Amino acid sequence: MEHTEPSPFEISNDQLDLLERLSNAVAVSGDEREVRAIVLEEIQPFADEVRVDALGNVLAVRHAQGENPLRVMLAAHMDEVGFILVEEEEGGWYRFEVVGGIDPRVLVGKPVLVGKEHLPGVIGTRPIHLTTPDERKNALTVEQLRIDLGNENGKKVKTGERAGFATRFRQAGPSLVGKALDDRLGVAALIELIKNPPPNVELQAAFTVQEEIGLRGAGVAAYAFNPDVAIAVDATPANDLPAWDGEENTRYNTRLGGGPAIYVADAATLSDPRLIRHLIRTAEEMGIPYQIRQPGGGGTDAGAIHKQREGIPVVSVSVPVRYAHTPALQARLLDWENTLSLLYHGLERLSPQLFSEDR
Amino acid sequence: MKALIQKLVETIAPSGYEMPVRELILGEVKDWADEVRVDALGNLVVRKGQKSPSGKRIMLAAHMDEIGLIATHVDENGFVRFSTIGGVRPHTLYGGRVRFLNGVAGVIGGERLENMERVHSFDKLFIDVGATSKEDCPVRVGDVAAFERPFLDLGKRLVAKSMDDRISVAVMMETLRQLKNTPHEVYFVFSTQEEVGVRGATTAAFGVDPEIGIAVDVTATGDTPKGLKMAVALGKGPAIKVKDSGMIADPRVVRWMADTAEQAGIPYQLEILEGGSTDARAMQLTRAGVPAGCLSIPCRYIHTPSEMVDFEDVQNAVGLLKALLESPVELK
Repeated sequence: MEHTEPSPFEISNDQLDLLERLSNAVAVSGDEREVRAIVLEEIQPFADEVRVDALGNVLAVRHAQGENPLRVMLAAHMDEVGFILVEEEEGGWYRFEVVGGIDPRVLVGKPVLVGKEHLPGVIGTRPIHLTTPDERKNALTVEQLRIDLGNENGKKVKTGERAGFATRFRQAGPSLVGKALDDRLGVAALIELIKNPPPNVELQAAFTVQEEIGLRGAGVAAYAFNPDVAIAVDATPANDLPAWDGEENTRYNTRLGGGPAIYVADAATLSDPRLIRHLIRTAEEMGIPYQIRQPGGGGTDAGAIHKQREGIPVVSVSVPVRYAHTPALQARLLDWENTLSLLYHGLERLSPQLFSEDR
Repeated sequence: MKALIQKLVETIAPSGYEMPVRELILGEVKDWADEVRVDALGNLVVRKGQKSPSGKRIMLAAHMDEIGLIATHVDENGFVRFSTIGGVRPHTLYGGRVRFLNGVAGVIGGERLENMERVHSFDKLFIDVGATSKEDCPVRVGDVAAFERPFLDLGKRLVAKSMDDRISVAVMMETLRQLKNTPHEVYFVFSTQEEVGVRGATTAAFGVDPEIGIAVDVTATGDTPKGLKMAVALGKGPAIKVKDSGMIADPRVVRWMADTAEQAGIPYQLEILEGGSTDARAMQLTRAGVPAGCLSIPCRYIHTPSEMVDFEDVQNAVGLLKALLESPVELK
């Protein structure tokens, strides 16, 4: 089946507004309700079935137009890295733990939003006036840091509530800057695909919880959907700036502007080679830029999905993002559009014959 | 059997890319099997026998995959940087040879070390495939390779890359070939992706839904100079696993295996492995849980390009496995 039609996605302010709302919502692992509310509101008019499962995953189905379609699960995680309040101390300070992987060196001096009401807090530190040069050589540990809610507000939240980075979403030329682009870019892509699905497949969209703390939501979502094939849609680091010493950068992971990153191997998954080839063929024939994410560590929801039941062929596609798991991520809008386009056309050209191919 | 072992160990098939070895196994076993299928993760599932009133559904698993390397970057001079698939250790690499699935061969070189007593870390190693530039390098990011090393027959002892776990694949194939009558419905599963975390056996076990599970895999030994403290040696018979770091074998399965070995006059050793695990863990934890154990082939120098086993241990493993499958079993 040859297709030369452009993707049906016209990127307008609607998508940018959606990305902004998603990025600004706070949904630290285990408390994803803000993002879940946006997802439900967006997809309910379009999806044929929507439910929220026991762990809080949103599971939505958009039926195919033909008979006996392939059932394709797409997964994007709603949660983001952040903090959980551990103990209140005098004066509206909270001891906290990090939820998911954050380098403690990026915490100091950052504004955060705490609890349901987004109370403003600060991860404070002693200012330079009052520290010695020796003290400044060592990074502060999480145990030494507090979230300071400014006294009175300390009483409005409780131990166990979450906090997230406070960065507001911005557009910067061709780029997007925000705190939770990992993985709201994926969430937004799935929402767009539910609104404009390729007609040939049964689309099983899983907006998952608790990815950042060990791919926990995706496992049960895949068990429930029991799909024929699955694609995790995520964001992956682009460490593409030049090396400081002028040496060739051999460990960039991905590059911003290089298009959607197709996974071959990470620490959690070896992608199904047939799906890798299918996506590469799709990209090349449709003229969609793409890159192979450098094989290595890390993991996506695919790591939990492929081991469910009798096994599920999987691949992951990520939007490259700079500065992942920090307060300010940067992505290219065009990479997101191309990811959407690759997913759409990849699904549209997917047929059961693919799985009789050699691996 | 040695000819079969040689073919198996000289095949390049790292985790996730088991097709070459699966095709090889399939070509041999399809005439001996009652049913053959390949599942979504590439496990080769071979059924022999029907469940009689005194029989059980038994799953055996030996993994087809081997550890390997995967290209992460081709630099401007055509050198290939890589990451690992499974438990490859850097001191086994420098000066070694690898072959990519697409046939390209290469040698592993390293950056100059300031201190020659240090071992290269992975980020200081590269594969040289004889290219002179990025443009003429026949390797692309994501291409997969494994050790290249010919099979070596030392008489009593056999040496090769990927004895882990092709030797057990050979044991299971030979058992299947010899097994004429069984009261059991036996699933010989040649599993995938064991080296990256028993992934294939996890889904195969869900699919087979066995009543008893036995993995066949290699285990370490304590019989080399100043080696590991471990009560397993080459040549003293196949080892019956009691425990490893991922599983405590079901004591009833251990007793069944040990009693069967004694009745058949087959030498065996009991094994406790302090680091590592096998497909048996995946079988034990599938669905509502399965009594599981493991028959181990003692092996020196595991995860190096020269893994050594004793050929009598191998033949005794076939004998024990066959004895286990030929009679009814009541676990007690």
